[in-house]
Parts: sequence; structure tokens; C-alpha cells
Amino acid sequence: MFDTALTTADFVFLAKGAGMTIVVTIISVIAGTVLGIVFGVIRYQLGAIWAAPLIFVLDIFRSIPLLIQLVLANAFMGTILRLNMSGFTVACIVLSMYTAAYCAEIVRGGIEAVPATTRRAARSLGMSWGQDMREIVLPLATRVALPSWIGLALGVMKDSALVYVVQVTELLRSTQILITRLQEPLLLLMICGAFYFVISFPLARFGGYLEKRWSND
Amino acid sequence: MFNYTFQWKQAMARLPQMLDGAVVTMQVAILSMVLGILLAIILTMFRLSGIRILSAVAKTWVEIARNTPALFQIYMAHFGLGSFGLHLSPFLSILIGITFNNAGYLTENFRGALKAIPDTQTRAARSLGMGAAGAFRHVVLPQMLRISFLPMTNQMVWAILMTSLGVTVGMNTDLYGVTQDLNALTFRTFELFALAAVIFYAITKIVTLGARLIAARLFRY
Amino acid sequence: MIEIEHVRKSFGQLEVLKGIDLTVSKGEVVTIIGGSGSGKSTLLTCINGLEPIDSGRILIDGTEVHAKSTDLNKLRRKVGIVFQQWNAFPHLTVLENVTLAPRKVLGMARAEAEEIAVRQLTHVGLGDKLKTYPGRLSGGQQQRMAIARALAMSPEYMLFDEVTSALDPQLVGEVLDTLKMLAQEGMTMILVTHEMAFARDVSDRVAFFHQGVMAEIGPPQQIFGDPQHPETRKFLSSTRQ
Repeated sequence: MFDTALTTADFVFLAKGAGMTIVVTIISVIAGTVLGIVFGVIRYQLGAIWAAPLIFVLDIFRSIPLLIQLVLANAFMGTILRLNMSGFTVACIVLSMYTAAYCAEIVRGGIEAVPATTRRAARSLGMSWGQDMREIVLPLATRVALPSWIGLALGVMKDSALVYVVQVTELLRSTQILITRLQEPLLLLMICGAFYFVISFPLARFGGYLEKRWSND
Repeated sequence: MFNYTFQWKQAMARLPQMLDGAVVTMQVAILSMVLGILLAIILTMFRLSGIRILSAVAKTWVEIARNTPALFQIYMAHFGLGSFGLHLSPFLSILIGITFNNAGYLTENFRGALKAIPDTQTRAARSLGMGAAGAFRHVVLPQMLRISFLPMTNQMVWAILMTSLGVTVGMNTDLYGVTQDLNALTFRTFELFALAAVIFYAITKIVTLGARLIAARLFRY
Repeated sequence: MIEIEHVRKSFGQLEVLKGIDLTVSKGEVVTIIGGSGSGKSTLLTCINGLEPIDSGRILIDGTEVHAKSTDLNKLRRKVGIVFQQWNAFPHLTVLENVTLAPRKVLGMARAEAEEIAVRQLTHVGLGDKLKTYPGRLSGGQQQRMAIARALAMSPEYMLFDEVTSALDPQLVGEVLDTLKMLAQEGMTMILVTHEMAFARDVSDRVAFFHQGVMAEIGPPQQIFGDPQHPETRKFLSSTRQ
């Protein structure tokens, strides 16, 4: 169909890039979500005033370009702390914090969406704070938060395209390397775009479906 | 504490150059937002037109914008259009890439906003003798933009952050590009990029605060 | 003159208008009463072409509403309608709500449109609310604004679709007073209402709708005093309680 210089080896190269995209995404989303839940609960418990320092720090991750976060973290680990840290590790740390910053807001929103009356009812039945959180808040907040969380996870996958800046060769970087070598930008970009799309589109649809279903009842 | 001497003065000396870069960054962001909003309004009308081809165009645009990395979209503008013999300057590549992204996300936001406007508003406008276009323009559109104001502010912040991707297609006049070039000269990577980060942070805060003030003035109902 | 001839209309399987015939002359006030689902509101939205009809025809001053060649936007300038839900435009002030259509549809200059709007708003008792946004008004005030908005187009006919049904009881009176005033001024009106005392008071003729059919029509004294159709009697006795 296409008259192309693309070889099997090139496809393997792209597949490796895609694998890297997925690995970085999964690690960062898991670590970021755990951190985000912790931050989100702290943020909720402390209230806007006492949590101000936390809010400020998390907001930074949402207010400066990810590219700069990666460069700064890399320089900080390398030239300042003189740690011999791989680009992969730096990428995962930064993306995890980046994920956590957004996730904390989602978690807080989820908790706040649980009506106070419901929680009072739980506590009035003699449930402890922990039981209330586990049995009442967690299931209800999850409903509110899950669709946004899916969106966040997909966002992290897309944004992981930027970790090239700390020498991690993920899918888009692999594509760019091949573009430079083979001079077939359109075909290569279409393969690359299709990969992201095939993962993101159905999951985003699923998130939208959940949101619709849960907001109706 | 660290075995490293910070050279903040050296970085600060470059502040004027970096602020010039920040101006270019804002130009790209504002232009991409204005164009993005206009395109999103057009795409929204495509969606509502009931003409299958037009709504398919809108749908495809929205889904590609939302389901691929912004950097991919910028590459498409730069390398993709390049393979059709359309070689764009870095400035145009980044502008088109971000505009494409903005338009896609904003169209989706507008879709949500339209759901919040009851059909009876259009009905009331039509009953006063307005045509479909007039009802949309005078009654639905202003309310849609009002409801979408917060998402638009968020998208503006995104647009500002996305300008940093221009460096990948050879842009070197924006804040990130300038910082990168200065870094190549001085190797004060941490100091320079920390300064750039502070500028980005300040810009996004000014934009969100400004938007809030505008909203308070603009929407008094 | 509004001429309604054998109008039929279905929503899917459900036939809501089963051949309606009704002629309303200039200056006449006709009230339509009937239970819910009797098709009375649907008829109003058909008259100004907001809803298509399946068969029959509706003529306004000889122009067929549902003919392809009819410019509905032009026709609607002649026929104002006010809905149960007042549908204020929330992003516009009261004055802007009323001037919007005269300016954009009739192409009036702002000053001229405002003059008319102020007159109409004063007429319905909202002369002091010009710069207010509808969100700050009560339901009754918003409904009166909607009436002024329709009147500002200088329509020759006015349709009122249960305009007091969504209002709190204590706000119904002010809107009914406005309607009464219009009727006394000689406006041609078709009203759908549940306010029986008002219907008796203001109408030249009252029509009773039952399951998509106009079961009975006549002067208010006859309809309320001596109803002929068994369903009319049933309906009126149920509303008296």
C-alpha cells in the first residue's frame, strides 16, 4: 500500500518506544495516584488555610510547563545533588508529582461531593472517621472522581511525550528519530498518532460513559 | 548544604531577554486562543448543522485533539504539512498546533455548555421572529461563552504552557526557546530554567486572576 | 383573522390534535380550557409554526402558516407568544431582553427600540426594572417582562400558553391583571389557561378541549353556566373543588 523504506527493525524500534510510553505512564499514574490520594485527603482535612503550603506547591506543578519541570529536576538531581540518576527515574519522579498535583484536586472534589448529611448519618450510627471514610466516602467519592481520573491518566500518557528532554526515548521521540532518518514524516506520524488514539479514544469514551451513567442516578 | 554554587546573578542578568521571550509566548498563546475560540464556534455550528459531513469534520477534529499528545499535533503541523510541501516557520507551526488543540478542547467544552442552555431559549428567540442563525448568535452563543468562561481560562493556561513545545520545531524566540539558547551559552541550566519557571508561574497567575476580574465585570447576572 | 382548519398532529404514536377547527376574528379573546394532554398547548405552538402539523391548515390573515413558501420569521412578527416558562434571556437586562428582537429582527435603531421597550415595560409595571437582570426578578415579574418582550414586536395576535401555571399563587394575580388589560385594549388573543374565573371574566368565547378534540365552544356564560358536553361538565366540576 505504501511505498516505504520502513523496515521490520524500524517497527521494533517504534514498538520499543511505545513500550516505554506505557511503562512510564503506568509507573507515574500509580505512584501519582497514591500520592494524590494522600495529598487530596490532607488538603480536605486541613481546609484551605492550613493546607495553603500544600496547595501552593501542588499548584506549581500545574502552572509551569512540564518540559521545564523535567529540565529542572534533571539539573537538580545531576548537577546540584550530583546523584547519578537515570533519565528514566527523573521522568517517573516528575511525572508522578505532576500526576499527584492533579489527582489531589480530583480526590478533594470527590470527597467534597459526598453530602455532609450522608456523612453525619454514618457518624451518628457510631462509625469512626476511618470507617466513614472507607465505607461511605470512598465508594461515593470514587463515582465522582473516576471519570476525571481516567482523563488524568490519559493526559499523563499524552504528556509523557515530553520526557524525551531527559533522554528517555518514548514513542514520539522514536518517531522523530525515524522521521529524521527516513524522511517519511506523514506515514510515521500517522502510525504514532494512531497508537495514542487507539489507547486514548476508547478509554476516554468509557470515562464519558461512566460520567453520564453516574450523574443520572 | 549542596556542593554547588548557585549563580543567580548570572541568570538575573538575562532577565530582560527572557521577558522579551515571555512577550512572544503570550503573543502565541493569545493568538492561538482567539483563533481557537473562533474555530471552536465554527466547529460547534458544524456539529449543530445537522449536515453529516460537517459534523463528522467537527467530531474528528475534537477526538484527534483530545486523544493525541499536543506535541504530536505540533509535529503534524510542522513535519506533516511539510510533507505536502507546506514548510511552515517555527512560529506558524507552533501557532497552528496549539490552535488545533485549543479548538478541539473548546468545542468539547462548548458542547457541555450547550447542554446547560434549555431548548426553550431558542424557542423563545424563534417565536420573536429570529432565524436559526440569529437565535444562535444573540441568545445561545453569549450564554454558551459565559458558561464556558472558566474552561476557557484553563485552556488559556494550557496554551501558555504548550508554547514551551515550540522548541521542538526550532522556535527560539519564546520564553522557553530563549532560555534554552541562553543555557547553551552559559550552562547555568538550573538557574535559568528556575527563572523561566518563575516567569511562567507569574504569567499563569496573572492570567487566571485577570480572568476572574473580567468575569466579575462582564457577567453581572 | 386566524383560521384553523381540520388540524391534525401526532407525536409518534400519540395523536394530540384530532382535527381542530377554530376561527378567531380580529379583536376577539378566545380561551382554551381542558385537562392536561388535551392538546391545547400544542395547538398554540402550531399556530405560530414552532411545531409542524400533519394535515389540515392554519391561516393567519390568509397566509398559510405551514406552507413551504411562508417566511415563518416574518409571520411570527405578527403573532406573539408567551410560554408557561417565561424563558427570559438570562444574559441580557430587562431592557435588552425587550429590545433584542426589535433591533435584530425589525432592524430598529437602538433609541427607537428602547423607547418602545420602555413604554411596554412601563405598561406591564416594570418601568423601574430596566437595568435589572432577569435572575433578580420574581417569576411574575419575569413573566410580565416576557409579555412586554412579545408586545414590543407590535404583534397583531397574542398567544398565551398557561402563562400563570409555573407561578407561585401570590404572583398569579399581577400577570392576570396584565392580560386583562391587554384584552380590554382590544388585542386579539388566544389563551390556554387553568384560571377558570379569569377565563369567564375576560373571554369572548371559551373552547373546551378533550383528548385532542374541541368538544365544545361558546360564550363563557354558556360554557360555565350551561355546558352541553358531558366531558365539559365533568371537567368543570372537577376544577371547582
